[in-house]
Amino acid sequence: MIYEGKRKIWSDYQKEIPDDHYFYVRSCIRQSFFPASEAAFLNITRNILGRDVFETEHHTTCGGIAYHSDTIPQETVMTIVARQFALMHKHGYENYVCSCITSFGVYIETLETWRTFPELEAKIADNLRKTCNLEFAKPRFVVHASDLIYKLREEIAAKAKYKLVNAKTGEPLKVVEHIGCHYSKMFPSKGVGGAEYPYVLTGMIEAWGGEIVDYPERRHCCGFGFRQYFIKGNRGYSLSNTHKKFESMEPYEPDFIITNCPGCPYFLDRWQYVIAESEGKTYGKDGHGIPVLTYEEVAGLVLGFDPWDLGLQTHQVAVEPLLDKLGIPYDKEKKFLGAGGKDLGRPALPSCLKCM
Amino acid sequence: MAKNIIVIGGGPAGLEASARLDALGYTVFLVERDNHLGGHLALWDRLFPSGDPAEPVLRGLVSKTGSTKILLESEVQTLNRLGKSFRISLSSGVSVIADAVLLTTGFDLFDASKKEEYGYGIYDHVVTNADIESYFRTGKDPRIDNPERIGIVHCVGSRDEKAGCRNCSKVCCATAVKQACELKAKFPKAKVYCFYMDLRMFGRGYEDLYLKAQKEYGVRFIRGRVSEVSEKIDKTLQVKAEDTLSSTPLKVSLDLLVLMAGMRPSKSGSKVAKMIRLDTGEDGYLSVADGFTGMQATTIPGLFVAGAATGPKTLPETLAEARAASALIHDYLKG
Amino acid sequence: MIDFGFHITPSGTLNLDDVDQKTVDTLSRADYGFRTCIACGSCTASCPAGVFSETSVRQAILSVLNGKDEKALRLLSSCMLCGKCLMVCPRGINTRHLILSLQKQFEG
Repeated sequence: MIYEGKRKIWSDYQKEIPDDHYFYVRSCIRQSFFPASEAAFLNITRNILGRDVFETEHHTTCGGIAYHSDTIPQETVMTIVARQFALMHKHGYENYVCSCITSFGVYIETLETWRTFPELEAKIADNLRKTCNLEFAKPRFVVHASDLIYKLREEIAAKAKYKLVNAKTGEPLKVVEHIGCHYSKMFPSKGVGGAEYPYVLTGMIEAWGGEIVDYPERRHCCGFGFRQYFIKGNRGYSLSNTHKKFESMEPYEPDFIITNCPGCPYFLDRWQYVIAESEGKTYGKDGHGIPVLTYEEVAGLVLGFDPWDLGLQTHQVAVEPLLDKLGIPYDKEKKFLGAGGKDLGRPALPSCLKCM
Repeated sequence: MAKNIIVIGGGPAGLEASARLDALGYTVFLVERDNHLGGHLALWDRLFPSGDPAEPVLRGLVSKTGSTKILLESEVQTLNRLGKSFRISLSSGVSVIADAVLLTTGFDLFDASKKEEYGYGIYDHVVTNADIESYFRTGKDPRIDNPERIGIVHCVGSRDEKAGCRNCSKVCCATAVKQACELKAKFPKAKVYCFYMDLRMFGRGYEDLYLKAQKEYGVRFIRGRVSEVSEKIDKTLQVKAEDTLSSTPLKVSLDLLVLMAGMRPSKSGSKVAKMIRLDTGEDGYLSVADGFTGMQATTIPGLFVAGAATGPKTLPETLAEARAASALIHDYLKG
Repeated sequence: MIDFGFHITPSGTLNLDDVDQKTVDTLSRADYGFRTCIACGSCTASCPAGVFSETSVRQAILSVLNGKDEKALRLLSSCMLCGKCLMVCPRGINTRHLILSLQKQFEG
């Protein structure tokens, strides 16, 4: 692998990411999948790095899941999107940052559609006025939340308590990066680093001391595929995609996987349980799995957040071996304590995948 | 006094035209921006379909240029009309006034790194057709290390609207089959795969070359465009394509992947054309007066074109155009 | 092991790394002409058996090259050796020889 060649491509795909003043919209599913990631994003950007990131409880889903499952038409999605943008405008913002990759894809696709078909834009503006009585506006910049963390990666590195290195050996950790398909596959120029060799997560890992692993099926979809997963009869297909990726990355012995999409970390994490329990195969050391983290969780760990405050106990694959490698302390007793010390109960343990 | 002719571009077309025009008694100025003559031919090892070495062909072309004034390392700074004549100024400081100008600005090879999914310049064992020719000339290329499995990708920067290259690059199929045979001869134990969309073996002797590749060299032709290349932990390549004849997605591990970079309009040629307000087509190649009967003429009196400057061409076609252009220029200057 | 009601689907990708070249090599030693097939389909189009059963010399050659010998045999099992494919092949492939050699190889 010739690193300089990748650098050249990365320099070709740089996009403008404003430094401050964002209107933030959440993902529908991340708060139940990875409950503390979005809170960590707001905490890091607002409290630690002093940025102005605004959110309102009046924003809704972008409609992406329904759109990609073929249950609502594109015009409806575009009107929902127009309403989100209108809320941003109403609160005096012009930079829009979203938590979800599917939403990011929907926003970019909508803006490109309006750019190509101005008459459609006019129609949506009319829909918006009739349904919500809101003023139509478009953001100056739409970025994904991982773009903003990428932009701030050096500031995070400067405040870091831990580096992504093995605390015992000093060796950089080997990290697999997995980019959500809708981040740049539809519009390569809208993603940091493009679609073939995206840089957004690689840049974070490099800045925080880790080493990126490039394995043959790196570009392969996680297998979520919306309608593929939602219907039980199709789940084997979703599982097979994840399985293919793990088989391909296995020889590299990665220490963990970093992701920027709501669905990917969920499936890469949970399907390891299904593969272990139905096939008897595990991909980490000594019967463990490979931990799969969101970029906010990784940033939080680097900044010294308590792992349980980051919600790492909600992962299927145990994160303790990774925390030990990083030299990050954690209290075993507090793993399943919620806010105010409330006992959350203990999950049942799988028989094959080692989770303690 | 003999009339002046400027020939811009010292590749095969420029050399052949200069020789003819010199023999006809004109004063010929051959302008070349590089420090050597021959263009891409000077970088090539062997020629299809015969496999004859390129070097003697180029030597022959150069030896016939007679008293042509050869101006190397000379980039065109300005080119404009001055009544019926043309005035050219060069980066070397030289200025010439001429009665006719012939553009033999040739082509650029497609930059294979633009097809990001093939990993040229990123993966250790991905090379281009030009790299293979250079390897055969010099015997050196660290990327080529006794390969046992070799893949050749046709149509890289050719018939690919996504890469901005809609047209067929014409010569790559024959080059691919030629190089497949040469690589098999060099590495007899290697398995050689050609990934093609259509095989366009249009010229005399080309089909024989194809037959030879199948029969004598056992080259496996797979109809399907390579979709994605990645590098495995042992540095070998994983290549994906569809075998469209059996409608099956396939993958194969390779030690060497050769990309057939296609012909693209010459950037410096387009720059010169712009100076003299000669149009280029939608495909970027220089426009001709008539696609059937005026292939060497332009809409500008006294300005002529020959070779790959007006579209992908084989070497014999380029040389034939150079001779045709010379005859046309002779007619123009006599009249 | 738990049965979740869904399973890993085996990959349908043809992995050329795993293709056994034995049949190709054996057949090539006898007559390598079949490797000159250009997939024009003249044989399949003119095959009398092909309209009643899945018979195709073109596909059989491709199957051999892709290491799918059983499929190749199946594709030729209804052949009546009429010789029409031999007559129409633009590359002059001795299809009759190929069909018999392939069957002979698997008879023992």
